[in-house]
Amino acid sequence: MQGYRKYFTKKIVWFLITFFVAVTLNFFLPRLMPADPVSAITGKLAAGNADAKAVQKIYDRYAEEFGTNKPILQQYLLFLKNMFKGDFGTSFSQYPRSVSDIISSAIWWTVCLQLPAIIVGWLLGNILGALAAYIRKGWDKVLLPITIFLSNVPAFGMAVTLLVVFAIKLKIAPVAGGYAFDQIPNFSWAFIKSVISHYQLPFWSIVLVSIGGQAIGMRSMSIYELNADYVKYARFLGVKDRKIVGYVFRNAMLPQITGLALSIGTMIGGALVAEIIFSYPGLGSTMYAAITAADYPLISATTLIITIMVLIVTFLLDLIYGFIDPRVKAAQFDN
Amino acid sequence: MKNTLKQLMHSSKFVAGAGIFIIILLTMLIYPLINPGNPLEMIGVGTFARPGLYFSLYDAMDVPKETLKLSDAEDKRLESIISKSDRVEMLAYFEKTGVDVTDVTLDDVDTILDLWNQNFDENNKPKGLTNAAWRNYKTLNNRLHKIGKEEREVYDVDPETGEENRLMTVNGTDYINVSRITNTKRLVLGTDNFGRDVLKELVSACGTSILIGLIAGAVATFIGLLFGLLAGYLGGWVDDFIMFLTNVFTVIPSFVLLILISYSIGQEQRGATVVAIVIGLTSWTWTARSVRSQVISLRNRDHVNLSKLSGHSLFRIVVTDILPYIASYVVMAFILQVSSGILSEAQLSLLGLGPKTTTTPTLGLMMNWAMLYAAHTNGYWWAYFPVILTITLISFSLNLMNTGMDQVFNPTLRD
Repeated sequence: MQGYRKYFTKKIVWFLITFFVAVTLNFFLPRLMPADPVSAITGKLAAGNADAKAVQKIYDRYAEEFGTNKPILQQYLLFLKNMFKGDFGTSFSQYPRSVSDIISSAIWWTVCLQLPAIIVGWLLGNILGALAAYIRKGWDKVLLPITIFLSNVPAFGMAVTLLVVFAIKLKIAPVAGGYAFDQIPNFSWAFIKSVISHYQLPFWSIVLVSIGGQAIGMRSMSIYELNADYVKYARFLGVKDRKIVGYVFRNAMLPQITGLALSIGTMIGGALVAEIIFSYPGLGSTMYAAITAADYPLISATTLIITIMVLIVTFLLDLIYGFIDPRVKAAQFDN
Repeated sequence: MKNTLKQLMHSSKFVAGAGIFIIILLTMLIYPLINPGNPLEMIGVGTFARPGLYFSLYDAMDVPKETLKLSDAEDKRLESIISKSDRVEMLAYFEKTGVDVTDVTLDDVDTILDLWNQNFDENNKPKGLTNAAWRNYKTLNNRLHKIGKEEREVYDVDPETGEENRLMTVNGTDYINVSRITNTKRLVLGTDNFGRDVLKELVSACGTSILIGLIAGAVATFIGLLFGLLAGYLGGWVDDFIMFLTNVFTVIPSFVLLILISYSIGQEQRGATVVAIVIGLTSWTWTARSVRSQVISLRNRDHVNLSKLSGHSLFRIVVTDILPYIASYVVMAFILQVSSGILSEAQLSLLGLGPKTTTTPTLGLMMNWAMLYAAHTNGYWWAYFPVILTITLISFSLNLMNTGMDQVFNPTLRD
């Protein structure tokens, strides 16, 4: 197990370091900016209020709320302590709801939407890419430009297009939300049906956007592998085509997993914006609402949660990679 | 260089991509000459005017009339006054009141109108019809009564006395020559929510967005190239440190950093250039990573070692012995950065964190405005669809160029 242990320890250490840097950035970036967030908020809230005393009072109140009147290091430690307790303060725009309450109701919508969509998109894309590489001539020539075109439609563009075509023109899908307005979240059949019908458009818009990029990557990788010496050698030996394709697919998959790990942040970012188009009750819409309402605690907590989500997914992908990469396995047998 | 270009011209993908991109660039340069003026000028008072040719009704009254007897004019007029949904409603009324309409098709406007005039009774509300629906039928009926009049009269009302002067009578057969009307305006893509000419705005926005992409791409490529070269060539602790930074910033989503920074900068300071630089600052990791790995494979080549032995400076070695080998790669990375920069701007703007809105439009801002005013749910396709298409086309052309270059410089991928 030594190979695995070494690999996983390394990955866990990396995860912890990045986590720490991410949290630190999330704390310090807004505070490094020349503009003082508290005075920006005060400015917005006290707009039109000429009474300097009142403005000062609002300022002091928020400085106290965020602790910006304390030394920065102390603020940071307080921030870390509260974060591990899951306490992100109180939301401005949805007062008196706590930020962690808002986020915990939004996060599952996002996770249940994006995780399956990205996995399905990745699988479909890889299968299509491998097929395109294997068949090459003919439809590859037509398919590749179409795929490149599709992969360049921005996620929000795909979302708007699907919304207009299927929800507004054809009226076969609901326009907005995560479930119908007349429903209350519960485990009844009617509610689940409503959730599923609202799920379709956001889901397919993310899938359609991610298929293209994956297919193009897989096609290149597969072509590269198909020209490799081991394939030629296997062909000379008379190994069946099916078996060779199996090997090629597996070898081409590995960089694709790394690719997914590297691009997952971008994909989630795009999908979050697509959520806004559908007013899907996930983190994207929450963040949008927070930004429009200048709800500072909510923005900072959403960005932190999204970062942590991306970190966890990347970490899991690294773990999976460790199990299927023959080189990690080989290292294990060496010892 | 010349040879490389010649090679690239053989790649159909590169040529197609470059072609589309050049067409977009030319449109951006030429269109403002045809249709000059401020792209943010609000020409319409209402919102979302449909695309089409607009002519001044005021001027049209001065143009001499011609009488044209066109046989299908009356039918067309009927069709346009009684819309398809009106006809569906009318048929529903007939079915409610027990009129036999089994043989009547939806396109048969004349028959439907005749049946309506025979059967509709204003004082007798059918059972089971809601009040709202009944009111709709009455309004429809009032409108239908105006049909069939031979002529319409145009009055001028004196604002003080309230006296009406008949100005002219318009017959169903009166026509005027559109080319003789003094003031006409073709709005190819209509107007947006602020009453601005969408096409003019789009062309200007496209320019700004490409500029944002170029600045972001230049910043990202510069940082990435610098870090990649330093890490790859120097190795040692510099390499460790830069790779640490690169790995950390690859995993932390640049999207989140962008939001945090843009929000902290504040609306006032956020011009197009600032947004572009911020995008560039958060997206250099890919370039750094791949430049580094290329430089590592280059740094122990004979010609580099020879340069080192000859006592050439670090700068000279990098510029003359390493850069030419990775130049094609850097150009490709730059192209991708430009396209992702444009996309990032659009996404930021959709979140409400785009460049400040008063001076220049960008593609993202146009999209943001269209969404804020619910253009998509109201069917005002011209306010958002051209924007999506433009972003897609720019990004498509750049990626096509990139794929073409990839196939030229990377022989294993060649068809």
